[in-house]
Amino acid sequence: MDFSSDQPGRGKVLLKLFISTFYLSAFTFGGGYVIVTLMKRKFVDEYHWIEEQEMLDLVAIAQSAPGPIAVNGAIVVGYKLAGIPGLLISILATILPPFIILSVISLFYTAFRENTYVGKALAGMQAGVGAVIADVVLNMGRDAAREKDALNILIMAAAFAAAFFLEVNVVYIILACAALGVVRTLLSHRKKVQQ
Amino acid sequence: MILLKLFLSFLQIGAFSFGGGYAAVPLIQDQVVSIHSWMTMGEFTDLITISQMTPGPIAVNSATFVGLRMAGLPGAVIATLGCILPSCIIVSILAYVYLHFRKLDMIQGVLKSLRPAVIAMIAVAGLDIIISSFWNGAGFTASFSSVNWIAAGIFAAAVILLRKFKQPPIRVMLLCGLLGLIFL
Repeated sequence: MDFSSDQPGRGKVLLKLFISTFYLSAFTFGGGYVIVTLMKRKFVDEYHWIEEQEMLDLVAIAQSAPGPIAVNGAIVVGYKLAGIPGLLISILATILPPFIILSVISLFYTAFRENTYVGKALAGMQAGVGAVIADVVLNMGRDAAREKDALNILIMAAAFAAAFFLEVNVVYIILACAALGVVRTLLSHRKKVQQ
Repeated sequence: MILLKLFLSFLQIGAFSFGGGYAAVPLIQDQVVSIHSWMTMGEFTDLITISQMTPGPIAVNSATFVGLRMAGLPGAVIATLGCILPSCIIVSILAYVYLHFRKLDMIQGVLKSLRPAVIAMIAVAGLDIIISSFWNGAGFTASFSSVNWIAAGIFAAAVILLRKFKQPPIRVMLLCGLLGLIFL
């Protein structure tokens, strides 16, 4: 994209983009929502490369699209700042840290897992991971139930039954719900037009 | 052949995980454990555990880990590419549409219907992990004698720490690991 004269050159922007995205990706624990907040702080508040309102919309895009939010956030920010090269640079910087870390862990995993003590610690952590996911689901489910939208609650129950009892492939469940969402949005548009 | 399978599997994971964070977990489980049997449920849970303790998206972590184990470095690269390719295409299109038309209400309307389904599917993935943990990797059985009560106790303690005392997940999981080391 265009840069006004007081901004650094393209090469420098790409380098700075790579370093800051790599750093954010390597040290952000806690998932995509955390990393997009830190991206906002870096690129809006610190570098002043993106305006606040535009950043909020870009984050909305990153959250609406499928795929990891951290990767989506890197795509929108990279694309906005330096077009396709920026996009490629920021994706690379985002996936390199987890790629390297998981590669190293994978090398040691088998030997690690066979160790009795590691096995016991991991078994304890499995119970912990179950609890973490249960906590996330309870929070999300409570927020969804608060909206008091009968259709949404029906979708939640039906999706649960389909996935847990009928073991339907989750891709089909998502496609069905997306189709339902399209119909719903079209119907509400029509209602608005009639009013 | 395995490279193609890895690519297509992670392409689906990238294309259909809406909502970030845990939304990818049920899809990864479906592809990696149920459909292709690249991992056991126990190994899958280890992978989610490792992803909790390391930075980076769960889907990218899984692609690297599963790819490496199934087909070495090329497998890891191919699986990771498959995982991020849908994002690249879809997000670029959305960013283009946004920058030109500034309209996103259809996408947000669709997301509104997807969110409850995503919550339900994360719940199912979580239940599977809990069942695997309580029954030592075997499936659910109605007999109470086969339950690992210590794992169940650790789970209960973790839920209380998370919900009542609002402890951060990483700290809770480290504590669970310590409890496992002592009591399991």
